[in-house]
Amino acid sequence: MSSRLEVALALAYRQTTVLLKNPSFFVPPMLFPLMNFVAFAGGLSRLHQVPGFGFPDGYTAFVFVFVLLQSAAFGGVFTGFAIARDFERGFARRLLVSAPHRSGIIIGYGLAAFVRWSMIAAVLTVVALVGHMQIGGDGIDLFGLYGLAVIFNQVGLLWACGVAMRLRSVQAAPLMQTPVFLALFLAPVYVPRALLQGWIHSVAALNPLTYLLEAGRGLISGRPDEVVLAFGVALLLLAAFAVWARTGLSRAERAGA
Amino acid sequence: MIEMTHHVALISRRSLIRTARQPGTWIPPLTFPLILMAVNSNGLRAATHLPGFPTHSFLAFFMPFAFMQGALFASGIAGTDLARDIDTGFLNRLALTPVRGGALLMGQIGGAVGLGAVQAVLYLGAALAAGVHIDAGPGGAALILLFAIGTAAGFGSLGLWLALRTGSGEGVQSMFPLLFFLLLISSMNLPRNLIEVTWFRDLATINPVSYLIEALRSLVIEGWNAEALLLGFGCMLALMAVSMVLAARQLRLRMTRT
Amino acid sequence: MSARDQGIVVEGLVRQFKDIRAVDGIDLTIEPGQIYGFLGPNGAGKSTTVHMLTTLLPPSAGRATVAGYDVVADGPSVRANIGAALQETALDPFLSAREHLRLQASLHGIRGQERLRLQDELLQRVGLTQAADRKVRTYSGGMKRRLDLALSLIHGPSTLFLDEPTTGLDPQSRAALWEEVGRLAREEGVTVFLTTQYLEEADVLADRVGIIDHGRIVAEGTPASLKAEIGRSTVEIVPESGDQLHRLGEILRRFGTDTAARPGAAAVRLDGNGGLADVVRALDQEDLRAAAINLHSPSLDDVFLAKTGRKLEGAEDDGP
Repeated sequence: MSSRLEVALALAYRQTTVLLKNPSFFVPPMLFPLMNFVAFAGGLSRLHQVPGFGFPDGYTAFVFVFVLLQSAAFGGVFTGFAIARDFERGFARRLLVSAPHRSGIIIGYGLAAFVRWSMIAAVLTVVALVGHMQIGGDGIDLFGLYGLAVIFNQVGLLWACGVAMRLRSVQAAPLMQTPVFLALFLAPVYVPRALLQGWIHSVAALNPLTYLLEAGRGLISGRPDEVVLAFGVALLLLAAFAVWARTGLSRAERAGA
Repeated sequence: MIEMTHHVALISRRSLIRTARQPGTWIPPLTFPLILMAVNSNGLRAATHLPGFPTHSFLAFFMPFAFMQGALFASGIAGTDLARDIDTGFLNRLALTPVRGGALLMGQIGGAVGLGAVQAVLYLGAALAAGVHIDAGPGGAALILLFAIGTAAGFGSLGLWLALRTGSGEGVQSMFPLLFFLLLISSMNLPRNLIEVTWFRDLATINPVSYLIEALRSLVIEGWNAEALLLGFGCMLALMAVSMVLAARQLRLRMTRT
Repeated sequence: MSARDQGIVVEGLVRQFKDIRAVDGIDLTIEPGQIYGFLGPNGAGKSTTVHMLTTLLPPSAGRATVAGYDVVADGPSVRANIGAALQETALDPFLSAREHLRLQASLHGIRGQERLRLQDELLQRVGLTQAADRKVRTYSGGMKRRLDLALSLIHGPSTLFLDEPTTGLDPQSRAALWEEVGRLAREEGVTVFLTTQYLEEADVLADRVGIIDHGRIVAEGTPASLKAEIGRSTVEIVPESGDQLHRLGEILRRFGTDTAARPGAAAVRLDGNGGLADVVRALDQEDLRAAAINLHSPSLDDVFLAKTGRKLEGAEDDGP
């Protein structure tokens, strides 16, 4: 009888294989962060000259942290699209029937999201280094940065998973990605929080992603700040959306999907 | 000529009805650019402190982005609808009627143009409500609307070409990242003279989307700038012409009726 | 001579797609007002033929006239005189039936009161009056097919092309469609070119049948004459009592020659010395009771088998 981990590994293997055999599934989540990175680092770099910008390691590194987290979140969301497709095509029913430990299904999708994002993050990092991104942090700092991104990747996946399992249709795709998109852009994307004005400053202060971003930027510049808070926020989000995903799975089971 | 006009009107009418009956199609183009306009105009407000920034209202500066993004959505709508017609065989049904290819194409972008008009009014209205002042006055505002509709028609025609070339909605959608990238590597966020990275500035300079944005922007923050307007309208008309020619050629290949 | 007085004439029609010859030189003549059944397995070239005759695809070689107009030289005239319900129902899911008819009629130059009259008449004829203002996406398969037929008739064509019109329909919808097609030919003199994979459809509807395989017509004629070419009917009888099997065989041999039968049964191929009724009368006279009597008439599938060595129903597409 398969353990939870065996179910997870089998599903993750299948998802990754499907992904690698279908470049059309792989290209958009790769392209969008790259495009954003090129556009922001290339087009907005002069913003570091705004008085009070206060980030010494260059605009490329400043923006890289945002794009890394964005790619992590959307790596999870795009896996959510795959979950919705699986429900539409009936594959999810096969999973629910054959997996003795159904929570392993969520873990499997989580592993697949991580694998998907790892490839994207690798490409993104290479491109940033080729673009002469300055890194002030050491190995531990960078481990912390990528660790934050991994957690955020799983948060994105769990959110999308919960939506996909409740609605069980790819028509739910906008519902999966729009809140994530909004959460990302209602944070200090282009300039530090201190330079935000008006309502967006207040919203950013309440946005949990702001703390992940700021901690990430501190880590990449070798000046870690509020890292424990950031990890705390990230883990809290992880826990909350894990419940969201698990209850979504229960809904799918009850609906006989 | 009269018959052709009549056919364009018939096909346009159908296109408009179809678009209106798909809220999932028109809600994102109406809401998303407005949200981004609100978020980015505040998130990038600090840019107005850069020496040489042409205005102290980033919203006024950034407003054209909404029209461009709306036009991109128009390409998706027009293209996806035509791709569906190809897929379902409806294009064959139209091919068996007296309708000419040109009328068919012009009619097919009716929905996108209609939505483009609604979008333009909405974005302009939102910007005015948020306190943006149009330096070119009411005439400039009217020109903004005309320009936005023309750009929607141009990108809509591009969508038609993609649909005829690929025959599928997925094919149309797959080009969206490329079109969006064109928008990103333009002067949408900063004036070209303030773009620090040389290669990016060069790309933005050869990117026709920059001139579309700058023409619109000039009406808002400068008034009547003949050079910007000529360049912008020139690019818009070129986009419409090239896209229509490509679409017409592709239609002849796909609709091989005798 | 008006278009309605002219049928379809095809001479040496060919369509080549790169290295595939989908239609390999077909000749046929269809009289006005006839229903012509074009029968063949998947991939035989039926739809390609229809596309050429409806001007949607230019032929690679050969000639064809529909309603008196050349399909290549007079494409617009052909289109003005034909209606076509092709394999896909070709409907816009976001429009209603009425909106479809309005668009179709308007594109054909039918306007005003005339258009409204035709819309209502056709909606009634195909039984869609109640659903006329609902979007097509809510329609069943049968309703879509009926709307498809109505759209192909709105401009009063002299010739109608139906490409597998009843595929996927339930028996009731199929029967209703057959009735309407038969009526069109009988009462309005419409020439009907019907492609189908269903033997029964060709048998019931068609005045003449052409069987196509690998792009060529392998047999042509009325359903009865095609079947008669193959042979006569077979009678198979199971006697009520097993020990009467030998005597049964002797009786049956008066009416034809022995042929293969199931265990416990006797069968003969009738040779014209009497039909089923005569056989039953003979059994009655000999006081021999039958537990089961089966009459097997040759089918178009048998015709196809005889001509090609393959069965038509369930024949796979193995290309021309």
